[in-house]
Amino acid sequence: MTQTQTSEAATTASGAETPPRRTRERRRFPVQLLVFLGPAVVVYTVFMIYPLVDSMRLSLYDDAGAFVGLGNFVHLLTDDLLSARFWNAVWNNLVFFAVHLLVQNPIGLLLAALLTSSRLPGRATYRALVFVPTTLSVVIVGFVWQLILNPVWGFVETPLLGQSSTALITLALMSVWQYVGIPMILFYAVLVSIPEDFLEAARIDGANAWQTFWRVKFPLVLPTVGIVSVITYVANMNAFDLIYAVKGALAGPNFASDIMGTLFFRTFFGFQLERGSSTMGATVATLMFLLILAGVLLYFFGYQRRVKSYEF
Amino acid sequence: MRIRDLVPHAILLLYVVIACGPLLMIIMNSLKSRQAIFGEPFAPPTLGTFDVSGYATVFARARFELYFFNSFVVTVVSVFLVLLLGSMAAFALAEYRFRGATVLALYLALGIMIPIRLGSVGILDLLVSLNLVNSLTGLILIYTAMGLPLAVFVLTSFFKQVPTELKDAARVDGAGEYRVYSLAVPLVRPGMAAIAIYTMLPIWNDLWFPLIVAPDESVRTVTLGAQQFLGQFVTDWNAVLAVLTLAMVPMMALYLIFSKQFVRGLMGGALK
Repeated sequence: MTQTQTSEAATTASGAETPPRRTRERRRFPVQLLVFLGPAVVVYTVFMIYPLVDSMRLSLYDDAGAFVGLGNFVHLLTDDLLSARFWNAVWNNLVFFAVHLLVQNPIGLLLAALLTSSRLPGRATYRALVFVPTTLSVVIVGFVWQLILNPVWGFVETPLLGQSSTALITLALMSVWQYVGIPMILFYAVLVSIPEDFLEAARIDGANAWQTFWRVKFPLVLPTVGIVSVITYVANMNAFDLIYAVKGALAGPNFASDIMGTLFFRTFFGFQLERGSSTMGATVATLMFLLILAGVLLYFFGYQRRVKSYEF
Repeated sequence: MRIRDLVPHAILLLYVVIACGPLLMIIMNSLKSRQAIFGEPFAPPTLGTFDVSGYATVFARARFELYFFNSFVVTVVSVFLVLLLGSMAAFALAEYRFRGATVLALYLALGIMIPIRLGSVGILDLLVSLNLVNSLTGLILIYTAMGLPLAVFVLTSFFKQVPTELKDAARVDGAGEYRVYSLAVPLVRPGMAAIAIYTMLPIWNDLWFPLIVAPDESVRTVTLGAQQFLGQFVTDWNAVLAVLTLAMVPMMALYLIFSKQFVRGLMGGALK
């Protein structure tokens, strides 16, 4: 609230004083703008945008440096072995994401709702402790769970990470365990910002806590579910460390936990008898980029618009 | 206290056990003898079972003090550069009106949604041609580029809230634009803190870039060092538990000290 007020004050003040400042800036224009913006733009362009564009360009060449157009893409999508690997990785990636969506969001929302339930002493401590796993490296998380799920230690009898039927789901749940703090904190931020009047009005209308949650709070949280899902989707499509740490580059057993990130690593650097290819790696990365883009656009044109129409 | 009030506590406590229990168990068992690790995994170390042979193996076989130093340098320098370059760019975008400002802001914001990892092939080529493979400088430049988009985006909105009167008063007193910037920076401290925390974690915890552009022993980071060590010593449980503890305790400790600022920073980002 305070922030909005100051920013409003700032806009009015700057609006009133714009003309004289503008002329002064125009006179000095290039030098300080270059000094302020130059370093950031250069580092960002050289080490992020250029490599991205260059990777996409490389996907149109073969390893000898000859231009092959969409040849790499055709090869990847039509070669018997490669296309099977590719679609397997895409499918596994979607399963990985679906587990996050269906497990992480409800748990995050439940924890956030409990933390914002009135008069809860110790909420800061709970909030902090739920977040601890998020601060750890995915590599550590992978090994911690690998040890705990190790049948030798005897917490579980079945080798959950060793069977193709359970490996991917288990890895996804490990990742949920680590990152559940993020949706929780985003939902929490929305829930604490709901004006007391809304809840008061619901209470006067005779709504109990359960009804207040579903009828008042939940619709207000819904747009955040969308944002959280997009963040999760981008992170999941890009995941690598956890599976590499636990299952290695081959993402076993029998590629059951192979996702785009591990497929990218193998095509780029090679594995066992197969040699790596930077242009095929670039091809896989470009397809990952297109999948991420497709997901993000789907959200902006589908989900977000739908949610907006519910708001007023 | 009524029973109803206890329900949230019960559920939250249960979840805290799920979240922190495994980590506590790893730390506890890293200080126990081999038999005790398998025999009584839930028991804290006692005088009879206390054993730090795992740590001895770790320090004898891997140069963890070097890995910590490398991670520390990479993280601190990258975060510093993200804050410095990011705040400079954000200040300019918030303060001056110039042609192309919106386009430039959008261009810089692109990187928030695009994972830099997708450009790995290009990055590796670039670092090879710049002779920066297996160097901390290479990692620092990548992480700086990775952190800048969000830093510029968030700090621009913070700089826009700095009262214009303040900046103009400084200008009237004869301060140059660089001086005005240096006066405005302390006023966006909450934004800087949030960005510092948010940028630090993925850098410290990253495996991908150390693995592909800086795998050499001399520049190895803690995350990569732990990953490689764990791969080799899978069967030596004492050593594995010791490495896990060494790799996770610094970040956990730092987080627990700054957890309030951390969570508030994330929430601040969410509420904007």
